[in-house]
Amino acid sequence: MNKQHNNRIGIKAWLNPWRYGIERFAYWLMRITGVGLLVYFIMHIYETSSILDGKEIWNKMLDLTQTPEGHLILVLVIGMSTFHTINGIRIMLGHGGIGVGKASRPDYPYAPKSQNMKNKLCIYASIGLAALAMLYSVEVMFGE
Amino acid sequence: MAAIKIHEENDQNVKSIAADIKPKNKILFKITKFNPHVDTHMKYVDYDVEYEHWNTVLDALLMIKHKVDPSLALRYSCRQASCGSCGMMINDKPSLACFTKINELGSDVVKIEPMSNFPILRDLAVDFTQMFNTHKKLKPYIIRSDSEISQSNEIKEFSQDPDSVEKYIQFANCIKCGLCNSACPTMATDSSFMGPQALTQAYRYVSDDRDKGKNTRLKIIDERHGIWRCHFAGSCSKVCPKGVDPAMGIQFLRSYLLGFRD
Ligand code: HEM
Ligand code: SF4
Ligand code: FES
Repeated sequence: MNKQHNNRIGIKAWLNPWRYGIERFAYWLMRITGVGLLVYFIMHIYETSSILDGKEIWNKMLDLTQTPEGHLILVLVIGMSTFHTINGIRIMLGHGGIGVGKASRPDYPYAPKSQNMKNKLCIYASIGLAALAMLYSVEVMFGE
Repeated sequence: MAAIKIHEENDQNVKSIAADIKPKNKILFKITKFNPHVDTHMKYVDYDVEYEHWNTVLDALLMIKHKVDPSLALRYSCRQASCGSCGMMINDKPSLACFTKINELGSDVVKIEPMSNFPILRDLAVDFTQMFNTHKKLKPYIIRSDSEISQSNEIKEFSQDPDSVEKYIQFANCIKCGLCNSACPTMATDSSFMGPQALTQAYRYVSDDRDKGKNTRLKIIDERHGIWRCHFAGSCSKVCPKGVDPAMGIQFLRSYLLGFRD
């Protein structure tokens, strides 16, 4: 069966956050931040392990990372980890059936109860708090 | 024949209703044509459609089929969101053609494509074989050792109180249209994923207190391409035309496996 015949959207479906509302946007952001954090985590291990090669190498590594570019990456990491953690807790509770509403007789226009205000507010809050955390970290790292 | 005298007041009503009916509107339909046995690529064919404000997308497609292009392949039956046959992508969103009014779309062009994540049979008709097979695999029926018919052929009903019905009636609303599977991001890449339709039906029976098949079903869904591939993106619930809210059913089902309920 060729690809066209199968008609699966493929990876494009993951990469488009603009369809199906804020919950799908959160799904997209969770992926991006998860992968971003993983990349940072690996780089971070590499960076800090350089201390095993002696003081000189460690100081050279600091010269490389304690720079405006390095601080910008840290600002992003702080934003990513704030969103990923708060939204991650929402998802884990949801996976346990908590906060996803109660089953009842469907009534037109059938607004899905699993996409309730609690979940939406939690997504907005995790984005808002991530933005605040980034602002604060900018102040700490780039302020006077 | 006796003349029917319309009450003056009613006459006014009739007139004002008539005034509300606007002249025919015009709109462009861009419809996918594709025969996998012949064509290598999908193509869009344009059709100008005249419609009244009460017409659905299905009405327009049938007008095209009857008057312009009899070769247009589509599936439909009930025309009232009950049979689950007429799912398709309408302006990029999985929707039932019979449940979508052209007016409500609020666009000048209506793009019609076959439902994504399903193999195309021809044009807008897609193949449900995999979805139905998965649905069957999850045992969508009451499982228990006794039967409603006893050995002496007496029929005794498995009784149930109204509160118990409320626990599953939402999920029993599913018409197997497949829109949820079409919107699901996991379905888009994992050809073996069970999908929201089937998983939700597993929960429909697990949540029915006449059923004793919970452990059997939990064992079936607890596998590589089973329930764990759901990331709670919720797009299934967004497009479901019957208020089934598959995302809710799937999370409730998963909560058994995670030990949140027993
Ligand atoms: C308290 C901290 C964290 C929480 C609560 C958390 C929670 C979660 C949850 C619930 C998921 C599943 C999302 C889904 O089902 O789509 C997830 C995915 C993921 N997380 Fe985390 N996580 C945390 C920290 C981290 C860290 C530190 C890293 C990187 C080193 C990371 C990397 C990832 C990756 C790569 C994914 C996969 C993304 C996806 O499948 O969409 N997470 N996380
Ligand atoms: S859950 Fe909703 S969208 Fe999915 S098949 Fe059933 S009725 Fe259609
Ligand atoms: S024709 Fe039956 S659901 Fe649309």
